[in-house]
Amino acid sequence: MINKKVANVTEALQGVKDNMTFMFGGFGLSGIPENAIAQLVKLNVKGLTCISNNAGVDDFGLGLLLQQKQIKKMISSYVGENDEFERQMLSGELEVELIPQGTLAERARAAQAGFPAFYTPAGYGTEVAEGKETREFNGKMYVLEHAFKADFGFIKAWKGDAAGNLIFKGTARNFNPNMCGAANITVAEVEELVPVGELDPNQIHIPGIFVQRIFQGPHYEKRIEQRTVRQRN
Amino acid sequence: MLDKNGIAKRIAKEVKDGYYVNLGIGIPTLVANFVRDDIEVEFQSENGVLGMGPFPFEGEEDADIINAGKQTITTLPGASFFDSAMSFSMIRGQHVDLTILGAMEVAENGDIANWKIPGKMVKGMGGAMDLVASAENIIVAMMHTNRAGASKLLKSCSLPLTGVGCVKKIVTNLAVIEVTPKGFKLLERAPGVTVDDIKNATEGHLIVEGEIPEMST
Repeated sequence: MINKKVANVTEALQGVKDNMTFMFGGFGLSGIPENAIAQLVKLNVKGLTCISNNAGVDDFGLGLLLQQKQIKKMISSYVGENDEFERQMLSGELEVELIPQGTLAERARAAQAGFPAFYTPAGYGTEVAEGKETREFNGKMYVLEHAFKADFGFIKAWKGDAAGNLIFKGTARNFNPNMCGAANITVAEVEELVPVGELDPNQIHIPGIFVQRIFQGPHYEKRIEQRTVRQRN
Repeated sequence: MLDKNGIAKRIAKEVKDGYYVNLGIGIPTLVANFVRDDIEVEFQSENGVLGMGPFPFEGEEDADIINAGKQTITTLPGASFFDSAMSFSMIRGQHVDLTILGAMEVAENGDIANWKIPGKMVKGMGGAMDLVASAENIIVAMMHTNRAGASKLLKSCSLPLTGVGCVKKIVTNLAVIEVTPKGFKLLERAPGVTVDDIKNATEGHLIVEGEIPEMST
């Protein structure tokens, strides 16, 4: 067993510097690497390029990095629900590249899988395709999109072990598995770090080979963005 | 004239037995409430769930189980969770049978705009560009006119496009319209709405052939 376990978030984020490119798992506030984000706030690294489907809300998730103006550029598919983000974007302080959600997932997966680029129909004929190579296959038009390149990938999983194996829960899985192994260093934080051998190899979503560092987060707030319920009769 | 629930109720009739369906945010989400009980349908949410159920009972919300609108949901027996790349494999690979989404504008050639108002509102396209570029069967659910009273069914879209030539059908508060190579073809009128009302509210070319029936929901 190759040991990927590190003591804590401080050790896990060693090597993080200004002007780096990071990938973050999560959809909305579900499945975001809360402890890594908190540590980035503490380190106050600046000039970051962040690849994440969303940009958090004003006071949680990546919104915390926006508050301290740590982010230079966001690459996302949907950025509503965040007033500070909108303000920084419209004033030009923040550079924003909006890309289709499936393209975002596949650009991460391509990096993970060693594909330099791929063709997708998403965005053909729109401003997303401007300046990009297009090509016809079987009578339909496609846009060439490139794999992401990033320094660190920050992943949140439900359970993991010291070998770096990961299991996700519910829709908190989202972009997390696709981003494992897609950056130079993949840092996974888990709710529960179990002894090696406890996870059933049949049930592992991401094998440890895609993870360089793993730690158990001491606390997860797991904030709910839209609490919708039905009444009992 | 229909309200938002009325639009959703009419669209629910387009949902057939055995369909996998992706519902967008807003009016489309309401469609799930009106699908017949005697057919089997599975709802896909692009954040990674197939087999979505209703909202949870109070106290049973789970931050790890949400839909693409970030609302807490439940799952039904037979449901599955998956990652985002697999989710869009379902969408791009045309395994999803029906996509229902909202729009700011639709053009008579089937172009759709729903993600950006330059200089004013930039929320992003989310999964909409992947959905409209891939789905064979796309229904738009929207009001016929915007808040200022201007038509949303246009000769050509004025806003940045989400996709080109992709919308097949539109259900609004006034009408059911099919997008054909020749323009918007009027299929049904909403209760109490005349053909002239619909003509007046439609900027793009409206094709009216024969008697137009009032829709039954």
